[in-house]
Amino acid sequence: MNTKNKETEHDEIENLLPWHAAGTLGRRDAQRVEEALANDPELARRFEMVREELGETILLNETLGAPSGRAMEKLFAKIDAEPARKQAMSFNLTTRVAGFFSSLSPRTLAYAGSAAVLAILLQAGIIATVMMKETKTSGYETASAPTTAPGVGAFTLIRFAPQASSDDITKFLEANRLQVAAGPMAGGLYKVRIGMAGLPKSEIETIVKKLQQDKVVGFIANVE
Amino acid sequence: MQTTSDEVLIARIAGGDRLAMQVLFARHHVRVYRFVLRLVRNEATAEDLISEVFLDVWRQAGKFEGRSAVSTWMLSIARFKALSALRRKPEQELDEETAEKIEDQADNPEVALAKKDKAAVLRQALSKLSNEHREVVDLVYYHEKSVEEVAEIVGIPEATVKTRMFYARKKLSEVLKEQGIDRGWP
Repeated sequence: MNTKNKETEHDEIENLLPWHAAGTLGRRDAQRVEEALANDPELARRFEMVREELGETILLNETLGAPSGRAMEKLFAKIDAEPARKQAMSFNLTTRVAGFFSSLSPRTLAYAGSAAVLAILLQAGIIATVMMKETKTSGYETASAPTTAPGVGAFTLIRFAPQASSDDITKFLEANRLQVAAGPMAGGLYKVRIGMAGLPKSEIETIVKKLQQDKVVGFIANVE
Repeated sequence: MQTTSDEVLIARIAGGDRLAMQVLFARHHVRVYRFVLRLVRNEATAEDLISEVFLDVWRQAGKFEGRSAVSTWMLSIARFKALSALRRKPEQELDEETAEKIEDQADNPEVALAKKDKAAVLRQALSKLSNEHREVVDLVYYHEKSVEEVAEIVGIPEATVKTRMFYARKKLSEVLKEQGIDRGWP
């Protein structure tokens, strides 16, 4: 390889450093960069600069916060105003729940689990309030209970344990005759129907207490 | 894989499944919001825009062909919406609080103190990049987009993506140098 080609190769490799740091290079390019880094201390030093930029860019973006719940309300209000569309193929509850959980990556589940622990204490109250409002209005349609009005019945809010598999959750829902009415919401919470009609508070508390014992349940709260 | 499950959600959304829409929104709205916010620099505008972005997703889901990741497709829509909003309001006033968060350029004593912290100076320098440079830096570093994906979102050739990233980083070094930090590159 002549000097010019070496320079071109070096420049090409250097241009790939940001993507290598972010882990978004293909295997072949990643290998080229790794080999170059191992043999070129100056390139390795520059790679450290790139890693610093990566870390601070993430930090900078993370400090930007998140949008308020208004954005989602606005979106679904607009969707409500859209012309009706043919519904998706309906699946039975077992298929839908199993399909949904198996479609989540381990990373997503891990994020959801750890984020939920922090977020749940702050958000459970707010979400319960929102749910109460939702039961009074038309609410969001869910395919899990297509023949039942979403606001009708007795409900709880459940966050499933991070280690619970889709099979565990499916069996748990079937064994206890539960239906997922909505979710996942903020904090990984699901609104779960525990009765087709409204139940007395004492009965709901008994059911919640029983469900709480199941290892599949990470968190459960009444929806009054 | 995250991508596959997003595609499944889009297929369900195309059939009118609102629950799938909720899941997709919950999964992506914060990142889309931050991407838009870095471009329009106004929290209220950014919030309005993300509901527009996801409404487009709802409407266009049936046309999604899966040639790119769903998140890439959504960022393309978000970018278009953000640039359109900027064109509509070229003299848009910056939300002061947001502006402070995004672009902390004031050289007050606190900032001067922060300048001793290299990481803080680096963040400040990142905020001083032009929209064009900041966009590519965010897409690569924060949104974890490949060269091909950045090219698709921004609508430029892949070679230009690499060049633009190089110049963004070069500019970053220049700003750092002005702040007294010489990285010895380029």
